[in-house]
This record gives sequence, structure tokens and C-alpha cells, in this order.
Amino acid sequence: MSKVLFASISKKFVMALAGLFLLTFLPVHLIINLMLLKSDPASFNEAAHFMATFPPVKIFEVVLIASILIHVTYGIYLQISNWLVRPVGYVSGNKSETSFFSRFMIWTGATVLTFLVLHFFNFYFVKLGLVDGDPEDFYSMAHNLFKIPAYNYIYLSCFILLGFHLFHAFSSAFQTLGLNHRIWTPVVKKVALFYAILIPAGFGLISVTLWLFR
Amino acid sequence: MKLTLKIWRQKNAQVKGNFETYRMDNVSPEMAFLEMLDSLNKRLVEEDKDPVAFDHDCREGICGSCGMYINGHPHGPVPAITTCHLSMRFFKDGETVWIEPWRAKPFPVIKDLIVDRSAFDKIQIAGGYISVNTGSAPEANNILVPKNVSDEAFNSAICIGCGACVAACKNASAMLFVSARISQFALLPQGRIEAKARVRAMVDKMDEVGFGSCSNTGACEAECPKQIKLTNIARMNREFYKAF
Amino acid sequence: MGKLNSKIPEGPLAQKWTSYKASVKLVNPANKKKLEIIVIGTGLSGAGASSALGELGYSVKTFCYQDSPRRAHSVAAQGGINAAKNYQSDGDSIYRLFYDMIKGGDFRAREANVYRAAEVSNQVIDHYTALGVPFARDYGGTLNTRSFGGVQVSRTFYSSGQTGQQCLLGTYSSLNRQIKQGNVKMFPRREMLDLVLIDGKARGIIARNLITGEIERHAAHAVVLATGGYGTIYYLSTLAVNSNASAAWKAHKKGAFFANPSFVQIHPTCVPQLNEFQAKLTLMSESLRNDGRVWVPKTKGDKRPANAIPEEERDYYLERRYPTFGNLVPRDVASRAAKERCDAGYGLGETGLAVNLDFKDAIKKQGKKAIENKYGNLFEMYKNITGIDSYEEPMRIYPAGHYTMGGLWVDYELMTTIPGLYAIGEANFSDHGANRLGASSLMQTSGDGYFILPNTVSNYLSNEIRVPNISTDSPEFAETEKEVVERLKKLISIKGKKTASSFHKRLGKIMWDYCGMIRNEEGLKKALVLIKELKDEFWRDLKVTGEYTELNQELEKAGRVADYFEVTELLVTDALNRKESCGAHFREEYQTPDGEAKRNDEEYAYVAAWEYAGEDNPHILHKEELKFEEVEMKVRSYK
Repeated sequence: MSKVLFASISKKFVMALAGLFLLTFLPVHLIINLMLLKSDPASFNEAAHFMATFPPVKIFEVVLIASILIHVTYGIYLQISNWLVRPVGYVSGNKSETSFFSRFMIWTGATVLTFLVLHFFNFYFVKLGLVDGDPEDFYSMAHNLFKIPAYNYIYLSCFILLGFHLFHAFSSAFQTLGLNHRIWTPVVKKVALFYAILIPAGFGLISVTLWLFR
Repeated sequence: MKLTLKIWRQKNAQVKGNFETYRMDNVSPEMAFLEMLDSLNKRLVEEDKDPVAFDHDCREGICGSCGMYINGHPHGPVPAITTCHLSMRFFKDGETVWIEPWRAKPFPVIKDLIVDRSAFDKIQIAGGYISVNTGSAPEANNILVPKNVSDEAFNSAICIGCGACVAACKNASAMLFVSARISQFALLPQGRIEAKARVRAMVDKMDEVGFGSCSNTGACEAECPKQIKLTNIARMNREFYKAF
Repeated sequence: MGKLNSKIPEGPLAQKWTSYKASVKLVNPANKKKLEIIVIGTGLSGAGASSALGELGYSVKTFCYQDSPRRAHSVAAQGGINAAKNYQSDGDSIYRLFYDMIKGGDFRAREANVYRAAEVSNQVIDHYTALGVPFARDYGGTLNTRSFGGVQVSRTFYSSGQTGQQCLLGTYSSLNRQIKQGNVKMFPRREMLDLVLIDGKARGIIARNLITGEIERHAAHAVVLATGGYGTIYYLSTLAVNSNASAAWKAHKKGAFFANPSFVQIHPTCVPQLNEFQAKLTLMSESLRNDGRVWVPKTKGDKRPANAIPEEERDYYLERRYPTFGNLVPRDVASRAAKERCDAGYGLGETGLAVNLDFKDAIKKQGKKAIENKYGNLFEMYKNITGIDSYEEPMRIYPAGHYTMGGLWVDYELMTTIPGLYAIGEANFSDHGANRLGASSLMQTSGDGYFILPNTVSNYLSNEIRVPNISTDSPEFAETEKEVVERLKKLISIKGKKTASSFHKRLGKIMWDYCGMIRNEEGLKKALVLIKELKDEFWRDLKVTGEYTELNQELEKAGRVADYFEVTELLVTDALNRKESCGAHFREEYQTPDGEAKRNDEEYAYVAAWEYAGEDNPHILHKEELKFEEVEMKVRSYK
């Protein structure tokens, strides 16, 4: 049994599940963030307050943090093992035709992770009381951050890379879970493309609007 | 035509290897790639030098013996063929051709372009069979298999075990190979009886011999000389989860 | 003649195998474990025998020269596998399959063996199906069949154009199961270099580890050769480049008689030679002749592209000569007809050694799609090799060496003239007579391995149960190993100028020119002289680089080529001896006025089994008279 739990496929399975869970969280986060575009801080701050205090969401939060940790740990672990499986590389490179973004998952993932750390320092740790700030007024904090051009550069590039990550991740998770179908797999691929554009576009819209037009 | 070959030379598994450069002045576009190497070897032997060692046998694309990494692709730049079927028509006069062995930890180099692929055999020994003793089989037509299922099993079963999927994969994963074998048995009613034990045993062995994991990049499918599909991997994953 | 006892059981033909099995001596399960059997080769017969023997409980040691048993050349068989299932209700039966084989073999095979091969054919199909071989199926889920050259029923089971591969992978999987269970120990990348006899019985082998160069001794109570045929004597053939005759030849030199060596099948539809470095001729399945029409221009030396030659200037010579069977005449007939046209100057291309196989009419009639469904993979393969699109212009084909009906002489139990040494599959001579019909090689080789040998070995091994595990320290092993090493050293020490392959190529040319599809006394005698000269040159001027104590592919080739000289000398001798035309053996002197083969049943209805009599002595001929109790010998006609 333990062999089954630690099989390479099982690790990918867990990674895929955690990843899919993270995929469900992104639209929720985006919807809340879109309230930043309103000139009245109340609705955003209320939503943030609700997310921070409503008990079922608290459970959701634990699962979310666990998912991030599992996804990241397994991702890094598998990547390192995979590098070690080819100690000598090819001089003529690898010119095989592949889905382009799949080759850089560790790098797009690492970028997203770096952003996440920054993001945690800016908001999540404030909420936990680890970093100074007013957890009841994330609206102003966000508006202040988006006034800094450097922050926007980082923010936008991270979300473009997140899009790359999501594009491969979305359909890849289905493949890993064994959910492959003659009719539905092509649909999943289209949805993945839509999703991978929509999420970064949504977040990007907030960034650009607050930075340049407010 | 004239070619410059850069070939990986390594005397045996214990010593380090390096690339040697060979100039070929008289390559006919009608030659097959391996015949071009044969002609190089003839010259090397006549010059009292060690010829380039490479695996080959049937030379008609079915035994799976040959396999070289040529200019960034397993079995060379033409899709859906083995090295032995690669014609020199596909190379340009004056081109430099890099020839490397399969690179993967479970496929250690034995000499020059020959690698040890016994890891594949080990995976199949672990469970790649249907347990039926000679003489105890039922009348063949007592086992009915829908045509489309049988055809699909065949499409998985045509894998030649050359290892190009491992060579192409950035993770040196053997998932396409293992899944093709598992799919064949999983699809057929004869194979269902042992399906759970089989997939567990084979995946376990695949991990044990040290292949990498799958990140669904699809390089294996793109390079497979028999065009085995990625759907096999999804099926193997499914079979694996069902086997708990 | 007294030396040959074919041990054919008494009784009516249809009962022989049943009564044999009922009376054969058995070995009890506890004793089987103690009995060791060596199997050389992992094609359908070798891997099949290893699996079946392992399942019975014997301790099996299996050897192959490839890196994996799955690569044995059975893998390359395309068309299919015959069985007398009569699923089509088209009048097929075991008897009819037997009769077709006997007739197809031009009445030069042993009745009892052929009948048995037909008898077990149905079990073979059942077994492969149970092993998960994905044979083609009908929409209702039952197995499908197709028809093949030379017969009038549809009895060929197939997996697209890769039947051999699918059967071999099935066999490989059953072998794997036995390896896992510990009944079979697998030794890949080993080449058998000699047979070890102790007190006249086969007791082991000397093998070379092809990776380390180490010379190994392996002992057993019996040795099984499943090493395939010797078609590589032509250099260019449809065989794998490393297929060779050495194991069988070494056994022959140790006392196993070699039967009918001159019976070699030349396959009519292969991709012609394209360049001087070509190492191999690729087979295009015989099934192509179902829809392709064979033709050459009516004018000698017409070098226009095929499509530019108008209909009335084309000679569809098979349809002209054989109106009944047309393009579907048996292989030997089709091959000879192609050679006849090319020799007469009507051949295509630079070499003049090719004929057209044209699908134009079939495409017009059935549509491109239908042709693509049937032969898509073959058309693609042809395009890969030649760059020519056969949907647009005809394929060019030419005959090539393909299958050897001859081989080690075996009795009904598949034992050679050396006690304890068996030969199965293509390595023996028994079932195909002077010509093999399509799709019957997979059938025979699978039957031998899975169903026949495992039943007959016990008759011998039951007397060996008191023989303890055989030690490899005996003087016989030491002596044989010494000979092997000396020969390897000798090959390396010549230090001449020419590679083994270059000699092989020249030998192949001699054989193709003088002992190929058409033979005559003058040519054969000339061939003997030329072979002898080339052999002397080989031992004077061969160059092998490296040592025998390391991976050395040049040395492997040299050892095999050295044996080819001896094999071909015997082959030509046999062809000279057989003063008749039968099946694939066509002697110009013996033909009917319209150019067809003329048998001589009075004088040559026998198996020519040759005994090795030492380096400098001629082979001794032993004759096994063929008695036909069930069938009447007729003239084979496909007109």
C-alpha cells in the first residue's frame, strides 16, 4: 500500500488535485478583487472581512494553504528527481514538438511562488497579525500598492507567467487524473485556454486601472 | 553529398566519452542512415580504427533495436519512423549531424551509441502478461471483443520498445511505453482479470528502475516511431487509481 | 540410410499425434525441476518453447543475441498465421490445410509432421488469443481471417501488417511470466558459439557474452535450437542483419545432419536494392498482390517513367503466363517470373533489376480510401524508403531471399541426429518441403515451440532423471571452450585488409547469381569454385579490429561470415545433387517445355540429410525416403 501511495503516479495525482483546487480559488479571488475597482471601499472590505471570518471559508483557507504547500513541495521534489534521471544531457538539444509552456512549468511555477511570498507579506501575514497593517482596510493597502510602478511591473509579469502555467496545468491535470475523453478532452483544452487568458487578464485589468487611471 | 558527423564515442560504461568528428564525402541520398554509418565503419576498420558500435537488427522498423538521438530528435528529425528507416534524402549537403545515444539514468551507455534497455524488460517481467498456461486457453471465438476495442488494443500493442519516448522526454519518463503495454491488456477482456495487480506491479517496477515522472509535455508522442498516443497514459493513470 | 530413424508413430495419419501423446514417456513434476533445458533463440518457437517448458516445471535457460527477447526476427513477419478453424465455413479443415502445405511444398515434406502442424494450428490461435494478441476482428466481435497466396480458403488470422510482432509480443509476455516465476532464466546478448557433447549427447553450450566478451559455459540435460534460418547467405535478404546460421552450423559440425539446405524461398515482393551500401531488402507484404498488378514494359530497355508508358505497351506477364492464378501465383513462381523478365532485359531502372507493382486499376475501381485502409502502412513504409508515392506511380519490387525451408534434420520428436539436441521453428527442415506457403511459418514455428516440443522432450528426458546436474568443469566443456577461443583469436590474428561485411557481400553475390531462384549444373559448379576461392581469401585477408574480450561487433560478423562459407558450400552441393526442379529449387535443366518446374519423383522423393565428415572430407548424403500414404503426388499447376 505504501508503495502505491508513493508511486510517481500518486504524487502526480495529488499534485493535480491540489492544483485543480487552486484553480477553483483563483476566480473567487478575482471576483473579490474586482471590487477594488469601485470607488467605495466598503464592499471590498466587507468581502475581505467575510472571507477572513466566515467559518466554512476558514476550512477552505486551511485546505488552500495545504494545497499550495503540497503542490509546491511535490512539484519541486518531482522536478529535482526528474533532473537527476538525466545526468548527461543532449548536446544537440531537445527539438521535439511539445506543448510549449509544459517545458517551463517549474520556472513559471517558481515565479508564481515568489509572487505568492510577496503577496503573503503584503496581505495574508497582515491578516494573521505577523506583519503590521490594518486587516480591516485591505482596500487602501491595495490601492497604495498599485500606485508603485515597480509593483505593477512585477504584478503584471507574474500574472502573464501564471497564465502560461495555468494553460498547461489545466488540461494536464485532467490527463494526470486519467480523465481523458474523445469529445471532452478537446473541450477541456479550449476551456484551459480561455481560463488561462481570463484570470491574468482580470487581475491585470485591476492593476492597470488602479495604476494608470486612478 | 558531404556531411560532418559528430558522434558520441565511449569505449565502455566505466570510462568517460566524448564527441568525435568524422567527415563523410560521398553520401548518397538513397542510403538509409544506418547504411551511412555502415560505410563510415567500413572506412574506420580499414583504417584500423574502432568502428562505431550501435544496436540494429531487422532494419525494417519493427524490432526496436536501433535508436539514436540525431540532431535533437530520437530517431532523427523525420516523424513516425525509426532510425533504420531514416533516409539520407532528409539531410542537406554540408550539414553537421550530431549523433548521441539515448540519455537516461535507467539506460546506461554500454558502448558508443549502445545503451542498456533491460529496464524495459524488467517492467514487463513484473506483470506485462496474461496468466494462461499453454493448452488451457478456451476456444478463441468464445472470447468476443468489439472490433473498435480490439483495434484500439492493437494501436497500443504496436509499440516496438525502442525507448524513443524515454529519450525524448525531458524527465526521461517511461510512461508512454508502460502505458501502451498496460492499455493493450486493460482494453481486452482477457486482460481485465489481472488488471489491478498488473498495473500496480508494472508502475512499481517503473519507479524502482528509476524512470522520471510524466509532466504531460507530449514529446514522447511526437517522437514515437509508431505514433502511440498520449491517451494511453491517461488510461494507465485511470487503471492505477482503480487498482487501490 | 540406416542412420535416419524418423520415428513416425504407427497408425492412420490423423491419429498419429494423439496416439503418440498417449504413449509418450513422462517425467514426474518433482523430477522436472531438476532437469535443465537450454533454449537458443527467442522467436516464436524459442520463446514459446521456453514458456511452455517453464510452465511444465523444467528449469529453462534461454539465450538470445538481441538485447531483449522481444526483438527476435519473428517480429518482422507481416501477413498472418494460418489455422484450420474454418470460421468462414468455406470448407476448410485440418486435412485441407495439411494438403495445401504438402502440395505447396511440392511433395518434399514429411506427411506426418505436416499433418501434426495443421492439427495444432487451432490450439495456437486459441493460445495467442488468450494471451491478448489483438488479432483482427469482425464487427460481431469474432476473429476475422483473410486469404493468402496459393490456397482457396480464408484461413489466415492477422493483426494488420504486423502479425509476427503481435504474436511475438504475446509469446514474450508468456516468457516474462515464466522468468518472473523463476522457471526460466534469461540470458540476452549472448551468442552460442558451440555445442558441448558428453558421451555423444548434447549437454551444453559455449556462449559469448556480447557485452563483456566473456566466454561462458552453460550445461543442461537437453539443448533446443530455435535459431531461425540461414537466408542471410545472400547478404541482401529480408532477414534481420544479425540473423545467422552459426548455432545450427556448429551443431551440424558436431553431428546433427543438415537437411535439404538448397530449399530457400525467394520472396517476390521486396523493395529493390537502391545503393551499394544497402544492408537489407525490405519485404512488402505478399498481400499487396491481391490488388497490385505486376508488369514490365514490352520494349527492352524502356526507361520512360511508368506512368508515361501506355497500356498497350505494358506486359502484365503473370496474368499472361498464369491466367488462373494471375498475380496470386505462389511465391516461387512469381519470383522466377520476375527474374526471367529482368534477365531478358525488360527490368526497370538503372540496375534493370525491378518490376512494377501497379495499383492504378485497384485505386480506380475501389477508390484511394479502400486501398489506403488495406495497405496504408505499407505504402507509407515504401515512401519512407524510396520517396515514391505509390498512390501516384507503381511500386518497384524485386525478389529477395526470405525463408529457408531446409534446416537441421529432425525426427518426429523434433530431435536432431544428436541425442538431446532439438531443432524447432525455421531452424529445422520438416514441414514446408521445397516451398513454404504464406502465413504457414508463424503457424509451424508457434506449434513447434508451444505444443509439440514440450510434449516430445519428456520421452528423452525421462531417461535422464538419474543424471545429476551437469558440471561445466568437465574436460568436454574445457576442450570445446578452448576451440572456441582459438577460433576467435584466429579471426582477429589474420590482420588483413578487408572487412567481414565486404566478404559477406561478395559471397551473397555469388549465391544470388548461381544458386538463387534459377540454378544449373554449370553455375553451381562454378559457385563451388568461387566460394572456395573467396573462403581462402577470407582466411588470408580478413580484418577484425579490437579484441574478443570486449564488445566487438566486427568479430561477431566475422564469425558468422566464416560459417556462411561452409553453409553455402553445402547448399550448393545439395542443389547440385538434386537433379530435378521442385518448389523453390529450380534447375534449368529440368523444366517443362513451357518453363515450369519438373519434379522427378522416382529418384528424388527423399529428404537429403547431410552428415559432416570433417574439414577436408565431402559431406555424406543420407536419404530419408518420403512415403505419401494419404496424398497422391501431383504436378503443381497454377496455370
